[in-house]
Amino acid sequence: MRLLFLLLLVAWLAAPAASHAQSPETLKALADLVVDDGDKREAAVTVLGTTRDPKWLEFLGALRDGNVYARGQGEAAEVVIGGAKSTKGDQDVIDIVTAYGRRPLGTVPVAGLTEIAADRRLRIAIKPFLDADETRGQLASLDPETRRGAAMKLGHQAEASAASVVEAAIAKETVPHVRHALEEALALIRLAESDAAVRVLAAQSLGNLHSFDAAPALQKLASDSAASRAERDAAALAIRQIERWSLLVRTVETLFQGASLASILLLMSVGLAIVFGLMGVINMAHGELMALGAYSTFVVQNLFRARWPEWFDAYFVVALPVSFAVAAAVGVVLERGVIRRLYGRPLETLLLTWGASLIIQQGLRLWFGAANVDVSSPRWLSGGFALMTGLTLPFNRLFIIGLAAVSVAGMYWLLFRTDRGLTIRAVTQNRAMSACLGVRAGAVDAVTFGLGAGLAGLAGCALTQIGNVGPSLGQNYIVDSFMVVVTGGVGKLAGTVLAAAGIGELNKVIEPALGAVFAKVAILIAVILFLQRRPAGLFATRGRGAEA
Amino acid sequence: MRKRESLALAVVSLVLVAVLPALNTLPPSSAFHVPNFTLNLFGKFLTYAILALGLDLLWGYAGVLSLGHGVFFGLGAYAMGMHLMLEIGTQSVYQNALPDFMVWNQVKTLPLFWRPFHSAIFTIVAIMAVPALVGLVFGFLAFRSRIRGVYFSIITQALALSAWLVFNRNEMNLGGTNGLADFKTIFGFRLNQPSTQRGLYVITALTLIAAFLLCRWITRTRAGKVLVAIRDSETRVLFSGYAPANYKLFVFVVSAVLAGVSGALYAPQVGIITPAKMGVLPSIEMVVWVAAGGRGTLIGAVVGAFGVNWIQSWLTTSYPDVWLLFLGALFMSVVLFFPDGVVGAAARLVDALKRLVPSRASKPSVMASGSGHPRSEPTSPTPLQ
Repeated sequence: MRLLFLLLLVAWLAAPAASHAQSPETLKALADLVVDDGDKREAAVTVLGTTRDPKWLEFLGALRDGNVYARGQGEAAEVVIGGAKSTKGDQDVIDIVTAYGRRPLGTVPVAGLTEIAADRRLRIAIKPFLDADETRGQLASLDPETRRGAAMKLGHQAEASAASVVEAAIAKETVPHVRHALEEALALIRLAESDAAVRVLAAQSLGNLHSFDAAPALQKLASDSAASRAERDAAALAIRQIERWSLLVRTVETLFQGASLASILLLMSVGLAIVFGLMGVINMAHGELMALGAYSTFVVQNLFRARWPEWFDAYFVVALPVSFAVAAAVGVVLERGVIRRLYGRPLETLLLTWGASLIIQQGLRLWFGAANVDVSSPRWLSGGFALMTGLTLPFNRLFIIGLAAVSVAGMYWLLFRTDRGLTIRAVTQNRAMSACLGVRAGAVDAVTFGLGAGLAGLAGCALTQIGNVGPSLGQNYIVDSFMVVVTGGVGKLAGTVLAAAGIGELNKVIEPALGAVFAKVAILIAVILFLQRRPAGLFATRGRGAEA
Repeated sequence: MRKRESLALAVVSLVLVAVLPALNTLPPSSAFHVPNFTLNLFGKFLTYAILALGLDLLWGYAGVLSLGHGVFFGLGAYAMGMHLMLEIGTQSVYQNALPDFMVWNQVKTLPLFWRPFHSAIFTIVAIMAVPALVGLVFGFLAFRSRIRGVYFSIITQALALSAWLVFNRNEMNLGGTNGLADFKTIFGFRLNQPSTQRGLYVITALTLIAAFLLCRWITRTRAGKVLVAIRDSETRVLFSGYAPANYKLFVFVVSAVLAGVSGALYAPQVGIITPAKMGVLPSIEMVVWVAAGGRGTLIGAVVGAFGVNWIQSWLTTSYPDVWLLFLGALFMSVVLFFPDGVVGAAARLVDALKRLVPSRASKPSVMASGSGHPRSEPTSPTPLQ
């Protein structure tokens, strides 16, 4: 073992000089490889690997793969790398090249060579060098995420020898968050060094970088009695900085998750609320219309995969209107077919739509199977936007927030800026009077119901990006969106938006303390108590229409 | 009419309470033998009928649609189940005085709220008191703030969802998803004995009759008339000087208690109670029984509970895929074509026949028994708020 350490030390000292040539150490190591002695061979691998010379690493790769041979015997043996084998006459021959630099040495009979077998121990010794080399190689990758991953790995390994590589990478790096990761890695490497002054600087740097990964190492340093006072203070300060930052990150994260949930609730409730406002009907099949939208997305995806694989990423753009149209069509059929027979009887309509929901749900189960289907995200929706250190906002969530905003804006425009919207509002306020004034209330109902159903389909399409797609997809969210509608009040867009935002944010704020289930129960209690103050929701209809 | 109705009631009661159990005791070779399985199945249907009566009182008479009655059913069933679990004692798989699931979940001592359930009397009180209390608090909050119509239905549905979520949690110490099962004895009688099952069946049938009489009495009192008036126009009742909220709260609590009793009779006969029986779907299925049977008639609720469940037990074994489709179609067609259910449709049929035979037109039908439901225009059922 002592020999090993000595060799390591020698190799480490010699490494920079030996990196571009065959130094005496490497030559000796090469000779040692031929000897049948496990310790010596392992030491030899360490010597060669520590050079970090790509050519030697290539040789180690060949050694691991069993392509290295010894030519000649004893002290005079020459180590070579074997290549393609062939048969010449009655002899097996092989192309060989030099161990270092792969200069061709011609073709020789296989019989004249002895294979240097890499046993398990040797392969284990080789692996870290090749892996480390791979990680370092990844620093030069074209993909920023790969570079960032490599930087984080190097930071975790905290090998002093990697510092120069990381420094070089920092100088070249242009993408801010990758640069941040590289700086973090460099500081982590420095923190593991023996020089106290370097460590103080590294700790300060880690504190400024808000490195969550460094927290354990810093904790250790802060409570290390062997470390100097300056080091401990620097570490403690850095930990405080990191903790303060993590509090900020958690707050922003909770708010974002709340906004994300709110946007999902909003997408689902907008259609529900409009139908509810117009007809006083809670559409229990709304969840199943969402499921229809989700399955439409699934079908469009499969179609693109089969027919136009080169346009696969565009499928989602097509799926959005398709799922809207499918759900809207089913909604119109439902309204024209059965619901319109039951106007003025909201409870019965509720039961009717629930019956419809069962049929749609079971139909989907029979057609597509009871198991969840796989909807993959287009590439432009995967990944995320790095808002700040330690917090990445996923694109799919951002997309849904955007979609919800666009839907609400679209509904607002439709209801308050178009003639069609005027008639919808008129029928909502007073059906009989509007009909007397020449508004075709039946047509308005059909259009509105179709619109509400279409929005459900859109919501279902969006949900494919963040959740499972199965026949009971609608069931998971539907009660929540009922709560939003009830809280928001009848047929008021603003009420729905506010209620969705309130319920979404409240849910995510109390979730860490209570857990998901009890948070939901707490929301129900909150809604019931809220309705004590405002029985008709946030924005109640006032005046004569209120008791209709 | 009174006399005929009472006679019909007496005959049905006799068949349910005495004849069926008596036939069950016949040797299996006999042509009239009723197998244990059938009797047990009937017992289950009868417990459902008790619940349906309460739900009908609430929905058919007072016009309040609750989509959360599974919760009260579950509360009664769990109260009974907890007592039965404690009765198992050390006969359980782990031979520990604690219920098995607590041993799995590494609960060392019996949670405080389980302890009173050692007492049979406490259990029987709890079966009625717990649903009543929950119904009272929930109903008070809901009716006081005049949450009604669709709003109320949605809130009760959320209640069912929440209860289901909460009872599924292991930390509630109620058996989590697996619920309570593996009961051995009830008040000392072994549950696997046919005689015990028969006794349970008879008790269930008697309870159903008692519940029926109670509901009939309620509908015939002044309060019952006010309930119907609330259904038809709550605002007008309010302006006439009544407090609709109190009446609705009363009937809500009564129906919650009936649901609790129903659950308590269900648990020992079926042998298991899980949160799945108290979620959104079972709660709304209960509404289907009443709707299909005919709401606003107490007989209708019983017929519906029996009929729908009978079809369900046949369909789910023979054509499991079709059951939900059937349930949905049943729901839609009942709402569209038979708003007053099977009983209402039958009554209309009888009325139509009578018009064809003028000589006997003076007597109203037997089928419309127990109903204070104003059916002045049989072709267009009363809209419900």
